[in-house]
This record gives sequence, C-alpha cells and structure tokens, in this order.
Amino acid sequence: MAEFKLPANSVVKEGKTWPAPKGATRIKTFKIYRYDPDSGQNPRWDTFQIDLDKCAPMVLDALLKIKNEIDTTLTFRRSCREGICGSCAMNIGGTNTLACIKAIDDIPGDITISPLPHMQVIKDLVPDLTHFYAQYASIKPWMQTDTPISGDRERLQSPEDRKKLDGLYECILCASCSTSCPSYWWNSDRYLGPAVLLQAYRWVIDSRDEATGERLDNLEDPFRLYRCHTIMNCTNTCPKGLNPAKAIGQLKKFMVERRA
Amino acid sequence: MSRLLTPLKKVRGLGSAKEGVHHWWMQRVSAVALVPLTLWAAFSVASMAGKPYEAVLTYFAAPFNVAMFTLFLFAGFYHASLGLQVFIEDYIHHENTKIVTLIAMKLLMVLLGTVSILAVLRVTFGG
Repeated sequence: MAEFKLPANSVVKEGKTWPAPKGATRIKTFKIYRYDPDSGQNPRWDTFQIDLDKCAPMVLDALLKIKNEIDTTLTFRRSCREGICGSCAMNIGGTNTLACIKAIDDIPGDITISPLPHMQVIKDLVPDLTHFYAQYASIKPWMQTDTPISGDRERLQSPEDRKKLDGLYECILCASCSTSCPSYWWNSDRYLGPAVLLQAYRWVIDSRDEATGERLDNLEDPFRLYRCHTIMNCTNTCPKGLNPAKAIGQLKKFMVERRA
Repeated sequence: MSRLLTPLKKVRGLGSAKEGVHHWWMQRVSAVALVPLTLWAAFSVASMAGKPYEAVLTYFAAPFNVAMFTLFLFAGFYHASLGLQVFIEDYIHHENTKIVTLIAMKLLMVLLGTVSILAVLRVTFGG
C-alpha cells in the first residue's frame, strides 16, 4: 500500500563543510551527497570549497582532488576518465551525466553531486546496478544466428545496414538515461528502461542477427516495453548525445508492422 | 517471505505477456479519431448555445449528427479507459489493489459511456 512517511534515516541532512584554502581566488562550491549504510546515520550533504586554480577542468577532477587531498572516504566509481567506460555516471547539477566529461565551468553557481536517482545506494555516489545489468543480460546482447557460416569468412553486412547501428553502438551502458526516466523510477522491476531498450533495438536492427522475431516477442509486454510514455528525459540526459526515445519508438513501430 | 532469487530470475519474472501492442495501437487510433470528432462536437454544442429545445431536437434528428455524436462519445470513453489503464498500471503497485481498480475503472467507463450514448439516442428517437 501507499507509504506516506519516509523510511527511517532517509532525510538528507546538512553535513560537514571544508572551506577553501587561504589565498584562493577562484572558488567553486561542491555539495556532495554522502551516505554510509554501515554507520546507521542519515545521508548528508557535505560542502567542499575548491580552488579552481589548483584543479583540472572536469567534475571528476574535482572529485579526485577531494578524495586525494581533503576527504579520502569520499566514495565513487571512475575508470577511463574519457567518457567511454560509463563508471562515473552520477547526478551533477540536477542532470545525470558522466563526471569525467562534464566541465566544471559548464555549471553556474554551486554544483550539487548525488548518485544516479532512484537507485539503492551502496555508498556515497555508488549506486547498486545489479538489476540494471540483469535487465541487460535478459535481452541477450549478443549475435544469434542459425545459418552456419564457414570459418574462414566474416558475416557480411552492407555499408547501408552498418550505418543503422550508428547512434546505437556508442551506448556505454552508464545508466544515466534509465535512471532519469520517471517510468523507470516507478516500475523498474518490470520496465526495461531506455538504456536496455536501446540495446535491444541495436540487436533487432542488426542485419546479421537472425533472432529478430524472438527478440520482439520478448519485448512485447505492457511493462517491459510499453511503460515508455515518450517522456524524453533519456534523450535529454544522455552524455553521449544518443536518442534512446527514438530507438524505443522504432521498436513500437516494428511491433505494429509485424501484425499489420 | 525470504526468497533467494538471482537478479536474472527477478528480471525475467513471469515472462513476456506477448501483448500490449493492441492497447498501444488502439490508443493511437482513438486519439486520431478524436481530433475531428472533438472539434465537430465542440462546434456543434457551441452552435446550439442559446437555441430553443426544439432546435436541439431537430439537430439530433439528423442521422449524421447522431452518428457523429455517438462516435464521439464512444471514442472518448474508449480512449479514456485506455489512458486510465496506463495510469493505474504506472502508479498502483499492490497487485490486488491494481486488479480491483482496473476492473472498477473499466466497468465505470462502460456504464458512463452507455448512459451517455443512450441519452443521445433517447433525444433522437424520443422517449
């Protein structure tokens, strides 16, 4: 039934403040969400004032500076620092994006940083993506074929068909789009969400894959696919500039096409 | 109840319903139909404003007018029931409450639609 009271320990409180070092002229304030489930305490907003003259340009650089020089307990994921691994996806200034390719100067005023919305938080900026990855596995993201192919040649694809994968293969599964989607917030137990649906479409549209029908069968469901109400948050937020909403629209078109 | 399900088992759940496309398609078709029907209904009602009762009776005596108004009501209630179904599925997560609300909503839409259409037909055929 509906819950009208927030669960215990869910109110985010004001946390600690680390002021800027003396003599700093270009100061930027970062308000960062902190939560440690083992402590039994409420989450809090910690405030860090950073001297931009002593910090590299991206938001991830500021996070690394904080972890290296101010508070080593700050927890977040990062790896490639060039927008290809998807590890550092988080909510920065109210928008889901990748910390490594978001410039500090792009955000006016104080910068708030919190984990991807509506996910279980493991610690600080680290969300639990287990369910998201299981959803990805459920669409069988690999090539499925029945036609045998001789071992000494590739599966052929025309340049035109290869072009159809552009705008899809670039997806790095950072989960920015899915966790920006209200439908995913309310129904992620059954709705696959924009990232996984874009990936599903990537295999449906692949001219070499022979399981197109089975893939569509698997998606044809009031919850798995049709919870998408074209809200478009996914396309707005994608740090790679992709268009998951369009991919979902194409899937819905195929659903109609194959029965008309 | 403690259940040790793997993440993939949870995601697969009871499997794909293999439906949903009909609902989605009919929502679009009824929306398209409602564009001219709503304009026509609004125009008709506006043109009858201030006219005597006899004028309204004469208007609804014309077969085309009755047909358009009946179709407007049918498409309207059908579209509303499809839309409310989405709303209920989105926001009600308790399984039993959801089923009961869906049934109540569908029956209410059928009732309101039937009453509305019969009211129009009663004006047409007298009664």
